[in-house]
Amino acid sequence: MKISVTVNGTVHESDVEPRTLLVHYVREVLGLTGTNIGCDTSSCGACSLHVNGEAVKSCTMLAVQADGQSITTIEGLAVDGEMHPMQQAFMENHGLQCGYCTPGMVMAATSLLKENPNPTEEEVRIGLEGNLCRCTGYHNIVKSVLAAAAK
Amino acid sequence: MTVTDDRPASVLGTRRLRKEDPALLTGEAKYTNDLALPGALHLAVLRSPYAHARILSVDTSGAAASPGVVAVYSGADLADTWGAPMPSAWAVTADMKNPAHYPLASGKVCYVGDGVACVLATSDAAARDALDLIDVQYEPLPAVVDLEDALSDRVVIHDELGTNSSYTWDLKVEGHEGQVAEAFANAAYTVSERFVQQRLIPMAMEPRAVAAVPQPFGGDMVLYSATQVPHILKVMVALTLGIPEHQMRVIAPSVGGGFGSKLDVYAEELLCVALARKHKVPVRWVEERGENTVATIHGRGQIQHVELAADADGKLTAVRIRLLADMGGYQQLITAGIPILGAFLYAGVYDLPQAYDFSCTGVYTTLTPTDAYRGAGRPEATYAIERAMDVLADQMGIDPMELRKRNFIRKEQFPYTAFTGLTYDSGDHLAAAEMAAEMADYAGVRARQATQNVPGATKLLGIGQASYFEMCGLAPSRVLASLNYSAGGWEAATVRVLPTNKVQVVTGTAPHGQGHETAWSMIVADRLGIDPDDVDVLHSDTAIAPLGLDTYGSRSLPVGGVAIAMACDKVIDKAKKIAAHQLEANEDDLDFAGGSFTVKGSPDRTMPLAAIAFEAFTAHNLPDGLEPNLEAQVTYDPPNFSWPFGTHICTVEVDTETGQVDVLQYVAVDDCGNQVNPLIVEGQVHGGVVQGLAQALYEEAVYDADGTLKNASLAEYLVPAASDVPPITLGHTVTPSPTNPLGVKGIGEAGTIGSAPAVMNAVIDALSGLGVTDMPMPASPHNVWKAIQSAQQGASK
Repeated sequence: MKISVTVNGTVHESDVEPRTLLVHYVREVLGLTGTNIGCDTSSCGACSLHVNGEAVKSCTMLAVQADGQSITTIEGLAVDGEMHPMQQAFMENHGLQCGYCTPGMVMAATSLLKENPNPTEEEVRIGLEGNLCRCTGYHNIVKSVLAAAAK
Repeated sequence: MTVTDDRPASVLGTRRLRKEDPALLTGEAKYTNDLALPGALHLAVLRSPYAHARILSVDTSGAAASPGVVAVYSGADLADTWGAPMPSAWAVTADMKNPAHYPLASGKVCYVGDGVACVLATSDAAARDALDLIDVQYEPLPAVVDLEDALSDRVVIHDELGTNSSYTWDLKVEGHEGQVAEAFANAAYTVSERFVQQRLIPMAMEPRAVAAVPQPFGGDMVLYSATQVPHILKVMVALTLGIPEHQMRVIAPSVGGGFGSKLDVYAEELLCVALARKHKVPVRWVEERGENTVATIHGRGQIQHVELAADADGKLTAVRIRLLADMGGYQQLITAGIPILGAFLYAGVYDLPQAYDFSCTGVYTTLTPTDAYRGAGRPEATYAIERAMDVLADQMGIDPMELRKRNFIRKEQFPYTAFTGLTYDSGDHLAAAEMAAEMADYAGVRARQATQNVPGATKLLGIGQASYFEMCGLAPSRVLASLNYSAGGWEAATVRVLPTNKVQVVTGTAPHGQGHETAWSMIVADRLGIDPDDVDVLHSDTAIAPLGLDTYGSRSLPVGGVAIAMACDKVIDKAKKIAAHQLEANEDDLDFAGGSFTVKGSPDRTMPLAAIAFEAFTAHNLPDGLEPNLEAQVTYDPPNFSWPFGTHICTVEVDTETGQVDVLQYVAVDDCGNQVNPLIVEGQVHGGVVQGLAQALYEEAVYDADGTLKNASLAEYLVPAASDVPPITLGHTVTPSPTNPLGVKGIGEAGTIGSAPAVMNAVIDALSGLGVTDMPMPASPHNVWKAIQSAQQGASK
């Protein structure tokens, strides 16, 4: 099927198999491998990206459903080589270790702050419960998101 | 004249941000499955749905005809490919029984997930689609799920072994064997407990991924793998496949966590290399999470019988341990050795006389093989002694904190030679425990408990403690030899000062989240007096860093980091010869500080390292006989393990009606000696604590009687989310290790070691008024509720 998707500001016209998941489309067709795959049950959130500005687990969507939509992946978050405030907050607060969950976590966190610009610690924890991390114990991820909110 | 010292204070011990982060945060980092490999074939593995079955036939014809399929192989088809079975590097006893284990099974399958056939196709989807078309006929055999059942040999899994027992490994104190029985006979108090270390699934967020890429001409092979151990993998692949080792290059790109699960040599690594050689094209494989839960190793899996003897004051007089350890269906790389790594720690941080008697029997089951998982034997040991200490305190009617204080090895006893012959380098358990108690308001919680935990109350407060040693920094090679381990425990480093005074560090450590690039740069910057940003750390590629033994067992800093510091010192020694020559001074008259050599008493006669690096490069004016260039290599074999320690205190509230455990506070006081970068230390502790807390409250690989994993996905296996865990309050004491020049100890596993017993002690403490004395992990609502019901039924009898 032919689709037209805007990804990180660029329009891509592609011909995809109907069963192609959005995550496979961005990784394999567009070569945007920053979006990671951590599970096969939509549990881990590693593949979170933005569809029309809102965080979506890209394994829960078919590429064809993204036809006509605007997608932002982790590669599209920095502007002119300057990291997004959320990326900076993760760096400054050691909110990542192995980095595998990080792109999804950052995309989910930016979406969270858009909905709730001044969350409490508990609201951050609940807001990120769809994204799993095995390295940080979440302590510094929560700290990073609160720091980004305070910026 | 005023002299100002404008040298920067040392970067060591500062909270320097990680240089790894920008690439990881922007999506630029490449994990194995991100690599673009034009023309690569995709491998998919058909896995046994049976825990134990005979393979009667494998028909691959349907799959072979499937679109995109290039080849299909059964285990029998590839039998001639393997020069040797899959490697097991740790035969803990001379007579250990170890069944031959191949990347694909041919006669029999021994766990759900055991590979039986594989497909090579032009896409991952085509390869996986074709798996459904392979027809395997099985004759199901009875599963062996329970360790005690396995030990009975009711069903023998590996016919050729004649038994399910792999080995029995004992640790007794020579010349003191009789003391144990005597101590138990004369004890004022004895404790006898049975604890179960449930199986855990490591669940690194990056599933495994492999790509084998044949090189043009001559048979060289590059193997990319999401591994913690590129160096060990290189040797093992060469040995197993009969490839000359110098033709194997292993690269671990960015690796998304390991926790021990990527410290292994896996079937898919061998399959990719073998099939890439056969088909002369790159072959790649990526694990789905559902495969990961059955085909990547599990952790823990032990039944522990723990006996303590104590005198009237509660002073420990003997410890007797009997373990049953679950190997799973086969030995993986160091499966057998995992419980043995804990064997030295069942007396914990306590001053025990010679009366120690440890025995472990490893048994095969028809489950996924076990192997190293964060802490590897040491969390299990610490759990056993720390839970047993609480049982002893309860029996004596004294506070568990007080019991521990009576038994701690005291600060002035270090270095302390234990009954095992091992020497604990340094420690101050009392200071760590007191700091933790103050931070956790231990006395205050006890007071609140007295008012809150009244009869009829449904929200019960509990506080629990664990004090631990982490025997880590693996390891002195001679100690490993005494344990029958097949390799050494050294680490290598090269420090190379380039002509422009930029520095390359080549390390044999293989980071996968630990921040080695940042930490190693800081060590070099401190030593050489340069900026950490001028240091590039090269690692995880056996062509660039040919010598190394990789990252596990909290070894990277106390072994690999120390090697780097020593290589820096060697560079300085050489630079000093050049400086002395050029400044026309005696070497002994030169001081090196802030990156410059200065003649003592003549501050104007100075030569910076930058100038020496360039002189070493041009070689125009070097001392006679001195080789050009400024580079030094060190291989460091640690004289001892490192012994980090600490006390964790957890406060919980347990809802007796729902069984819900709410962690109110978690305090961890850890001592890893001098800290290179506290930011990284804290991150390691946070993550470790949550992994141990997850064992205590959430995680368990649940099998049915047929040996099928019931929670084989992240939807069913409860890896905690942010909302499931508490914030963590950290404290640190600093007791430098005297055994290495940096005074450092490892910190990677400490959090996991301290946390499971601290949490469980807190849960049991909360429920002690109801008569609950123990419960199995995890303390899930169901297990808590069951423990309360059974205690109350016991009381009403």
